[in-house]
Amino acid sequence: MGFKKIEAIIRTEKLDEVRMAVEGVGIVGMTVTEVKGRGSQKGILLEWRAGEYRVEFLPKLKLELVVHDVDLEKAVEALSAAARTGKVGDGKIFIYSMEDIVRVRTGERGRPAV
Amino acid sequence: MINSGDTAWVLISTALVILMTPALAFFYAGMVRRKNVLSTIMLSVAILALISVQWVLFGYTLAFGPDHAGLFGGLNWLGLNGVGQTPYPGYAATIPHLAFMVFQLAFAVITPALITGAFVERINFPGFLLFTLLWSTFIYDPVAHWVWGIGGWLRNLGALDFAGGTVVHITAGVSALALALIIGRRKGYGKFPMEPSNIPFTILGAFLLWFGWFGFNGGSALSSGGLATSALVVTNTAAAAAALTWMLMSWIHKRPSVLGLATGAVVGLVAITPASGYVSPLSALVIGAVAAVVSYYSILIRVKSGLDDSLDVFACHGMGGITGALLTGVFADKAINSAGANGLLFGNPQQLLIQAIAVLVVAVFSFTVSYILGRVIDAVFSLRARSEEEEIGLDITQHGEAAYS
Amino acid sequence: MINSGDTAWVLISTALVILMTPALGFFYAGLVRKKNVLSTIMLSVALLALISLQWAFFGYSLAFGADRGGLIGGLNWLGLNGVGQAPNAAYAPTIPHLAFMVFQLAFAVITPALITGAFVERINFSGFLVFTFLWATFIYDPLAHWVWGVGGWLRTLGALDFAGGAVVHISAGLAALAVALVIGKRKDYGKIPMEPSNIPFTVLGAFLLWFGWFGFNGGSALSSGGLAASALVATNLAGAAAAITWMVISWIHKRPNLLGLATGGIAGLAAVTPASGFISPLSAMAIGMVAAIFCYYMIIFRVRVGLDESLDVFACHGIGGLWGVLAVGLFAEKAVNAAGADGLFFGNPGQLGAQLIMAASVALFSFIATYILAKVVDAIFVLRVKKNEEEIGLDISQHGETVY
Repeated sequence: MGFKKIEAIIRTEKLDEVRMAVEGVGIVGMTVTEVKGRGSQKGILLEWRAGEYRVEFLPKLKLELVVHDVDLEKAVEALSAAARTGKVGDGKIFIYSMEDIVRVRTGERGRPAV
Repeated sequence: MINSGDTAWVLISTALVILMTPALAFFYAGMVRRKNVLSTIMLSVAILALISVQWVLFGYTLAFGPDHAGLFGGLNWLGLNGVGQTPYPGYAATIPHLAFMVFQLAFAVITPALITGAFVERINFPGFLLFTLLWSTFIYDPVAHWVWGIGGWLRNLGALDFAGGTVVHITAGVSALALALIIGRRKGYGKFPMEPSNIPFTILGAFLLWFGWFGFNGGSALSSGGLATSALVVTNTAAAAAALTWMLMSWIHKRPSVLGLATGAVVGLVAITPASGYVSPLSALVIGAVAAVVSYYSILIRVKSGLDDSLDVFACHGMGGITGALLTGVFADKAINSAGANGLLFGNPQQLLIQAIAVLVVAVFSFTVSYILGRVIDAVFSLRARSEEEEIGLDITQHGEAAYS
Repeated sequence: MINSGDTAWVLISTALVILMTPALGFFYAGLVRKKNVLSTIMLSVALLALISLQWAFFGYSLAFGADRGGLIGGLNWLGLNGVGQAPNAAYAPTIPHLAFMVFQLAFAVITPALITGAFVERINFSGFLVFTFLWATFIYDPLAHWVWGVGGWLRTLGALDFAGGAVVHISAGLAALAVALVIGKRKDYGKIPMEPSNIPFTVLGAFLLWFGWFGFNGGSALSSGGLAASALVATNLAGAAAAITWMVISWIHKRPNLLGLATGGIAGLAAVTPASGFISPLSAMAIGMVAAIFCYYMIIFRVRVGLDESLDVFACHGIGGLWGVLAVGLFAEKAVNAAGADGLFFGNPGQLGAQLIMAASVALFSFIATYILAKVVDAIFVLRVKKNEEEIGLDISQHGETVY
């Protein structure tokens, strides 16, 4: 049985909802990174002292989770449902196959290390 | 006759107290989430601009103008008409009337700014501006007249409030409670953490407040001499005692935190405010320590109750102010200030009763009028940002800005 | 005879005004990109050190020493020789001469620091030091003499500048314009966003400036009494009225924002500076409101023409100062300050003429002399960093430091 890595780019304000949603389907561990990026939303206009300026890259969060193959669909579903607003800029989810996993503390590999 | 030393002291005190409003902005901003840092600062500093103008146009005269029935000042000094460089001996005989006016302006500015801690992260900016303008006019200005205006009924009753325990802290603290009830909790409050985004900002703000408080209390002597010195000493003493007490309590519960120490300091400063011109340094020690205990447990109760008075304006300023105003009736000593009165410990239990009346009246008045005012403005202009705006953060949605790149 | 109250007020005012230069460091630093935050602070605080020495060695004497032809002070007070604890009755009869000197030092320090906003993110530090040292000596010191020195020709003419609208703000604003023209745009200016890295720093700086301005204007009474109180009130009101006006304008255009409110406050404070000791509180409010309108649209215009005067020193201090100096000619009243004059609105149109002459001569002198000076320093010492240094950021390339 294999594992998948889920890498999700989400709106910063959706973090807690997403965390609670995936916890609801039994997934606790994740890594969160503050990132900047752009997609079809492109930049936004912010206020300068007088007038405005355009910011090309928007702050987003990158979530990385590792799940069993069997949990993948419900995890993706929970995550995307919680992260969705229906507007441009909701983000993307990328799914990768995993080679192996090592738990640093014990040296365990594979399934027990998740 | 103008005394240059007195004037110098009141002018620098004015500058110090005006600095306290931006300091408060940083004190508060550090405790909110990153998406609301600028919005939180904006609330305080917009008040600095707005109330500076309100005070000069009509606020000052409503508060300190010639008395009407003990309830409010007349319109004689509208637009500072007649308020000039010569002293007005009724309030301060040795400094320009303008100096007294602008010193009081700084108090009128910071009081509504204190309230903002109740509704950060979800307030609708236009509704907020309107609320503040009306709050200053219908709550701050009359209460300032009652307590400090010549002919004000609480002043005539003999209530003591050296630098604003009732006028500033009780009004703000109790109004914060009313507003928190009206506006409701932040979205997700209690479900997920509301992490403070920048505690160093909060510490910077707290100790700039401490710095400014020397002007707040020391300047309230309106002269530069023994009384100002005494007020300054007790101010520092009470802050230190409260900071240490708070640190010890949080240590007993778990660990000594810098956020706790800073909060304790502010509470101590609040509590000593009404007493600062009437009590000895050792009394200040007690006042600070007692206030720390009261406010500490007020916060715990507030959290348990699920009320989202987000930055604990009621627990710190309301309860701290009430504690200080009552303890003034216990520790006041004519040996410190012959223009004051003796308190319970110095053989005059009646002073405590007078203080209790002042506390009760100001608290009930502020709460009731704030609640009505808040309800009306909420119904007409909306006090709360839209749910989506709150989620994205007020910096972007209300002001179109991001704090950091 | 020394008056202890007057002295206390001028000394604490000096401390407040000296605090304004580090405050300006933060005000500016929050508006630049993360890679240039320390460099921007460095520009201001290095001046605090450099000009403090220049002033004591010869700057003070050039500005306030015995008059030479109305144009410059003599060298009689070189190294503060003869400047002691006894008052100098011509400048301030109730405080030590040293107190007057150090109060003026704070102004000499912040004026060149204001200019740094024009060339942040691309200035060569060594060229900057040379430029500033010469600017203080050949532009600030003479201008201070013209306007404030006993015998200075603008002072003799009767032009009024209470706390430095011409000497500080017009001179710095116009100098900023000249240096921006000499040094040119930041790389890719107009093509990529120049995101402000830390707006809370800018706001912190702005309100520490506001705080310090009470010393700047209030202290300029050089005594502690009705005039100081009046100047302090005018200062706060002009700042407040300008901040609100700026907020309303940006609200009309789109949204009320904090950076705009803080900028408006500074524009109002700059504008009231020359007027603060001559006007009533309500006049101060009017001056602040008008300043906000002028400065706001000057920024819009400056951006539109593509000039990279990066932090709008000209728009805020130049225009604010020009308006303030002219406003003295409108709103001044002898009822507020008997040692001043009446302005146009109080029946004395001649004062406006004197103010116009001061504004024009200070602006022209500062612009032309700065332009020449900057060109010369650029040719010999280089004012602009190399392209790759600018790309990497000045914190690393010029100072070997990183901010966070």
